[in-house]
Amino acid sequence: MYPEYMAESLRRVAATRARRLELARKPEPVYPPMDAGARRAVLEGFHPDFKPDARRPVRVGPNRGETLTTEVAHLLESHSWLHAGQVDLARPDHETDLLIIGGGGAGCNAALVAMQEHGVKSLIATKLRLGDANSMMSEGGMQAAVSRTDSPTRHYLDAIGGGHFENKPELVRALTEDAPKVVKWLEDLGVCWDKDEDGSLHVLHGGGTSRKRMLSCRDHIGAMIMRTLMDEVRNHPDMIDIEGFMPAVELIMDREGRCAGAVLYSLDSGEFYVVRAKATLISTGGFGRLHIRGFDTTNHYGATGDGLVMAYRAGAKLMYMDSVQYHPTGAAFPEQIAGFLITEKVRGAGGQPVNKDGELFVFPREPRDIEASAIIRECVQNGGGIETPSGRTGVWLDAPIIDLLHGEGYTAHHFASIHRQFLRYGIDITKDPMLIYPSLHYQNGGIEINERCETNIPGLYVAGEASGGLHGRNRLMGNSVLDYNVFGQRAGRYAGEYVKNVKLAKLTLDHLASFEQEMIEAGVQSDLVTPILLPSYAPEDVKKRRLVGGGTDGLPGTSVLKNRIYAETRERAPE
Amino acid sequence: MKVAAHEPPKGSSVTVYIMGKAHEVPAEATIMGAIEYAGQQIIRGAGCREGYCGACGTIYRLQGDYRIRTGLACTTLVEDGMTLAQFPFVPAEKAVYDIEKLQPNVSAIQQTYPVVFRCVACNTCTKSCPQGIQVMDYVQAAKRGDIAAVKDLSFYCVSCGLCMLRCPAEITQPLVATLAKRLYGRHLRKESPELAERVQAVEAGAFDAEYAEMMAMSHEALSERYYARDVE
Ligand SMILES: Cc1cc2nc3c(=O)[nH]c(=O)nc-3n(C[C@H](O)[C@H](O)[C@H](O)COP(=O)(O)OP(=O)(O)OC[C@H]3O[C@@H](n4cnc5c(N)ncnc54)[C@H](O)[C@@H]3O)c2cc1C
Ligand code: SF4
Ligand code: SF4
Ligand code: FES
Repeated sequence: MYPEYMAESLRRVAATRARRLELARKPEPVYPPMDAGARRAVLEGFHPDFKPDARRPVRVGPNRGETLTTEVAHLLESHSWLHAGQVDLARPDHETDLLIIGGGGAGCNAALVAMQEHGVKSLIATKLRLGDANSMMSEGGMQAAVSRTDSPTRHYLDAIGGGHFENKPELVRALTEDAPKVVKWLEDLGVCWDKDEDGSLHVLHGGGTSRKRMLSCRDHIGAMIMRTLMDEVRNHPDMIDIEGFMPAVELIMDREGRCAGAVLYSLDSGEFYVVRAKATLISTGGFGRLHIRGFDTTNHYGATGDGLVMAYRAGAKLMYMDSVQYHPTGAAFPEQIAGFLITEKVRGAGGQPVNKDGELFVFPREPRDIEASAIIRECVQNGGGIETPSGRTGVWLDAPIIDLLHGEGYTAHHFASIHRQFLRYGIDITKDPMLIYPSLHYQNGGIEINERCETNIPGLYVAGEASGGLHGRNRLMGNSVLDYNVFGQRAGRYAGEYVKNVKLAKLTLDHLASFEQEMIEAGVQSDLVTPILLPSYAPEDVKKRRLVGGGTDGLPGTSVLKNRIYAETRERAPE
Repeated sequence: MKVAAHEPPKGSSVTVYIMGKAHEVPAEATIMGAIEYAGQQIIRGAGCREGYCGACGTIYRLQGDYRIRTGLACTTLVEDGMTLAQFPFVPAEKAVYDIEKLQPNVSAIQQTYPVVFRCVACNTCTKSCPQGIQVMDYVQAAKRGDIAAVKDLSFYCVSCGLCMLRCPAEITQPLVATLAKRLYGRHLRKESPELAERVQAVEAGAFDAEYAEMMAMSHEALSERYYARDVE
């Protein structure tokens, strides 16, 4: 239920609906799309990445001197949980061919392919349960050039144009070329794709696609694929070990500069475990829970950018970590689901962002960064936003217009999850609009890889959202579900091949001391200990009363609570 | 003493009993928000935080009401006097199988989860499902071997396990739901006429030349081609 004071604004939205419906029925855009100049102006004026303090140079490590997202730079200039002598590397607690850090979509794909193609055993070490991951949550779809009017090369062109031509071409080729095969592979595992009458895959448009190529499983593609992969992983207990609640905190190297496993941390007992592995895959996903610039996020609880830090300390290069994807339409009300993703498909189906007076202020299907910036501008500069009881601002996303356009029942069927979610709070999105504001959604960059998922460190592989280069600085909808499948499989394939010939030398954690030394030399002072593992949502006064206020209080994750990233960003409202 | 460790909430508040201990929390909090407001760091019991993953199954009672209720902690609002406990894990044995070898009919159910046939049609599962799924109906469909119906009815199951926690016949519903979806996708789907063709064309190198051409193009040339492309 919306609070009483919003009633007047809701009435205005309802009053302009008939007029806006007329517009929507015409072939012309309901609002003039921006030209290049207008786009630049709104981006530079209002996109969070363009705020003066949004980026800063990082002072240590492989990307030293490069300008990164400020919170990422903070994250990288930090201390390890481990100090010398804490673990005995000569006596590993576990040995495996392939260590997979992160049991989301990319990790599960890799384990299955390493097993199927090379008979290689793996250990999946993951932070929470298997599948507690962004992969479980995707709603909208996955791109793949499968229809006759489409082609993988066209998909290539769309993806590389969407990324402003900064994507690594060989990665985009791998992505688009493998896509049809991935669709078939998943289908053979039992993924139920939406189909047309004749069995063809049902395809829709997404932002930036020149052909319809968005495949779907109703609005639950993430859960459908993730649950299928998890189930299959669990069908091979003799080949794939799963360790839940065992996040990695540091990579282990060997004396010859190869990656040779990781130190895991038990969230149950607080012990560290040494895993020696011939090859290691980082598939730890994104960083939404860093709440960059104070934004709410669509991401799962464990999305804290851990892979970036571990790899960085070990000497891996990052790419495009200066850009962040904000999804234009995150829920701003009710408070309980602030940040919750409202899929782009709502606007695809005719949903319109309107201001407090019920007026359109932006073409509903601008690219994500433009649409998000325009919404922020409407709130910040034009005063067109509505304030929520908890002090957030948002504009309306008029969804009732969808059923008026496509017939009653359309919303309830095609947007069942969102419909149900809002009904829990007494809001029927077929009758009233949703209050929305951009939400922190996706880590565009990451650890740089090549098309074999290799990094600049032998034996270290990266796949999925943790990797960088594929999307340039702007990922298109549907390309990251494809990403974790394509590159998860490639990682399993090439790491599986690699482990056959590798003989590890003596293990070492010397890189940690070198990194500390580099921080001292660069004059970096930080009280931040990473990886962050879990954010804390305890109230500030609770944190203050704790035994160890600023640092560790039992769990690594809990120190985050107090860590600068969170404290700093939460103090100011998002712009 | 009602309030745990800290100052009471600023707005209106309610009292909830987290594992029996009283805490004053904001009236509009979700159960998950309340647990965190009370100062706890959730380890087991939170995943997606948005109603997709089923990590946060919770059972609760309301004051003066004999009923046991169930919900997802991330999407259920607190109520004054609520007594709650999270149930993030329900023991259940997943059957190990080769999806290729199972048949999409009742035989698959018999081989993997014969416990399904113990259902006494009490409807407790349906009443305890936070997703509003007709759980009993999909269990009945599984008994009949109607795999397509199980898939459709259980489509939005988040595997929270609350139904199997409450089921007097000890049935493991979400495992059956996952199996049925896989059986449907693998064996009962309509074949796509163009998918196999496309996979073959890629393998035969049909797009190699065009890839090579575009990968060799200058930024400007590629950009020109991009902006000139036709849109379906
Ligand atoms: C709400 C939402 C909707 C989305 N919708 C779409 C969509 O429609 N289409 C699309 O293409 N993309 C979508 N995306 C993006 C896409 O889902 C993700 O980018 C993708 O799933 C990432 O997959 P991944 O395997 O790389 O990472 P994840 O699936 O996030 O898996 C990473 C795993 O690593 C674990 N982990 C993290 N740190 C550690 C550590 N230190 N040690 C061990 N394990 C660790 C995590 O807990 C997690 O299990 C969406 C994302 C969200 C959040
Ligand atoms: S069917 Fe059972 S496991 Fe699935 S969502 Fe409902 S209660 Fe949870
Ligand atoms: S609770 Fe168990 S016994 Fe009762 S209807 Fe559901 S499946 Fe059958
Ligand atoms: S935390 Fe995932 S469903 Fe509640």
